[in-house]
Amino acid sequence: MRIAAPLMAAAAMLATGFVIFAFLDKEPVNALYVFFVQPLNSIYGWGELLLKATPLALCGLGLALGFSANVWNIGAEGQLTLGAICGGGVALFLSAGLGRLAIPAILIAGILGGAAWAAIPAVLRTRFHTSEILVSLMLVYIAQLLLAYLLHGAWRDPEGFNFPQSKAFDERVILPLLADGQRATIAFPLMLALAALSWLFSSRMFAGYRMLVSGQAPAAAAYAGFDERRNVWLALSISGGAAGLAGVCEVMGPIGRLQADISPGYGFAAIIVAFVGRLHPAGIVLAALLMSLLYLGGESVQLELQLPAAVTGLFQGMLLFYLLAADLFVGFRLKTGSRNVGARA
Amino acid sequence: MTGEFLIAVFTGTIVAATPLIYAALGELVAERAGVLNLGVEGMMLVGALAAFAVSVGTGSLFAGYLAAACASMLMALLFAVLTLTLQTNQVATGLALTLFGLGLSAFAGRRFTGLPIEGVHAVSIPVLSNLPLLGPLLFRFDPAVYGSLALYFAVNRVLNRTRAGLQLRAVGESPAVAHALGQPVMLTRYLAVLFGGAASGIAGAYLSTALTPMWVEGLSAGRGWIALALVVFATWKPLRVLLGAYLFGGVTILQLHVQGMGIHVPGEILSMLPYAATIIVLVIICRDQKTILLNQPASLGKSFHPDA
Repeated sequence: MRIAAPLMAAAAMLATGFVIFAFLDKEPVNALYVFFVQPLNSIYGWGELLLKATPLALCGLGLALGFSANVWNIGAEGQLTLGAICGGGVALFLSAGLGRLAIPAILIAGILGGAAWAAIPAVLRTRFHTSEILVSLMLVYIAQLLLAYLLHGAWRDPEGFNFPQSKAFDERVILPLLADGQRATIAFPLMLALAALSWLFSSRMFAGYRMLVSGQAPAAAAYAGFDERRNVWLALSISGGAAGLAGVCEVMGPIGRLQADISPGYGFAAIIVAFVGRLHPAGIVLAALLMSLLYLGGESVQLELQLPAAVTGLFQGMLLFYLLAADLFVGFRLKTGSRNVGARA
Repeated sequence: MTGEFLIAVFTGTIVAATPLIYAALGELVAERAGVLNLGVEGMMLVGALAAFAVSVGTGSLFAGYLAAACASMLMALLFAVLTLTLQTNQVATGLALTLFGLGLSAFAGRRFTGLPIEGVHAVSIPVLSNLPLLGPLLFRFDPAVYGSLALYFAVNRVLNRTRAGLQLRAVGESPAVAHALGQPVMLTRYLAVLFGGAASGIAGAYLSTALTPMWVEGLSAGRGWIALALVVFATWKPLRVLLGAYLFGGVTILQLHVQGMGIHVPGEILSMLPYAATIIVLVIICRDQKTILLNQPASLGKSFHPDA
């Protein structure tokens, strides 16, 4: 039954999309075709699907781990940015001397950057009881301003006509493509491996179990002596590291340099990915593919039907709402006759 | 520098604080009833767009503000139905509301980007505004600024001095007890959430018609979240919301003036200040866990279902 709610939500989203397109005087069936099918009519399109799904899934996997432990990191966008900055810094200034070790060094720098950024809300929550929701979100704005500061100043490409962007990375540190004729990189299989690892962690390891218990039954966790602070630290550093990896893989992919807009809000969309994927790694990978398709669909309707690409955000928001509502109808059974609303099915 | 400069800083502070006051007071009322609505940012954006679109369309700012309040109340109603009637998780639903508001306003607002608008004008109150010093300091604001103060007095009075306010606080502290005493828990929470929505809408309207009279995607730039932080900072007390908002307004304005004074700090670093200040004050307030435990509404964020 756990997968029924996302399917219901996706169906409701499609139905609403039908109404919206009809309302906007676009032939709805055609519009839905342009939105959901046309982007996948080519190898290139499938590559784009995997390319955009990778950061969404990476961020979503980390966030889900936290959400199931009642740790609400909503600043993945900032951790992604810091990952890109740290990895990008290594790529720009140190990669020449590192030779073959450059790519792993850059990836690790990205992971550490994201984890360090997430360590701020972790230390503030464990030490000062400060809400990680608000702190991690504020840090998104600070991270983006930090990136803008670097790109307008010290890291700006001197030959870049004053555009806020860095020099292009050395070709040797650009991630290899999965296949010719498309842009997805080896970051996608790397993400799949991490999804498997995350499944192992939460279903087969004691640390993962402790986090699950703390999220679902805080009183039981306290009684069993599980240390809440350790969970907060684990959840935030893992989700921060994953988001940092997502960021550094973005700039080492087709972008190939640091620039002001590295992400169209992947870190926020990943919150939806985590929920739609039922906080389960396999679900998250599928949800990331769906969300990625929503990005492609937005671009596609902008090109073909002259609708704003922001329709993507509208669909994403709707999807999460429908999911939360659908959960109720999956988890509870409506009863007639008595005053009670119902009981857990 | 000197007199005129200080007046500019003071009035700028008041104006920058105004949207925060509306949004934070609205959220405070909802939280005092036990409902944590993390959708403030989304409701503000929808309100900002509604105010802008209706003001441009009709030429009436009043109609714009009304539209903003109604649009954001619709958003709040959506949140209320989900969290109160359907009992969904308040944190997740609030995040959904913010993401939905971002998407909805970006989508519907595309055609309004870059349009000019006749923004809100300051009104000079006759006689008083001509007083030396006090005139320019206190009596030359736009009506929404005075409205924010009126809202503060109203919220403070109703919460602390009326039966309705007592009921609302009881619902927030212990819905089970309030329910047993025959108080309408659901109705109270619905109204509190809707009030929060309307106030967020006005806050958004002030952004798009007064503070930065224009529409761009993501106009609120995290102010909804700062308003949420303000409520914690204020330990759920209206007066401290007011003071906190002026503190934040001051930080925002000082950051603008520092650059004008020829002090060379990069703009990006200065723009971080309001966000960094939010984190710092949260740490200061939350450091002592007792302060939070004593002041936070006991049922904040928890669903309530009246069992028969």
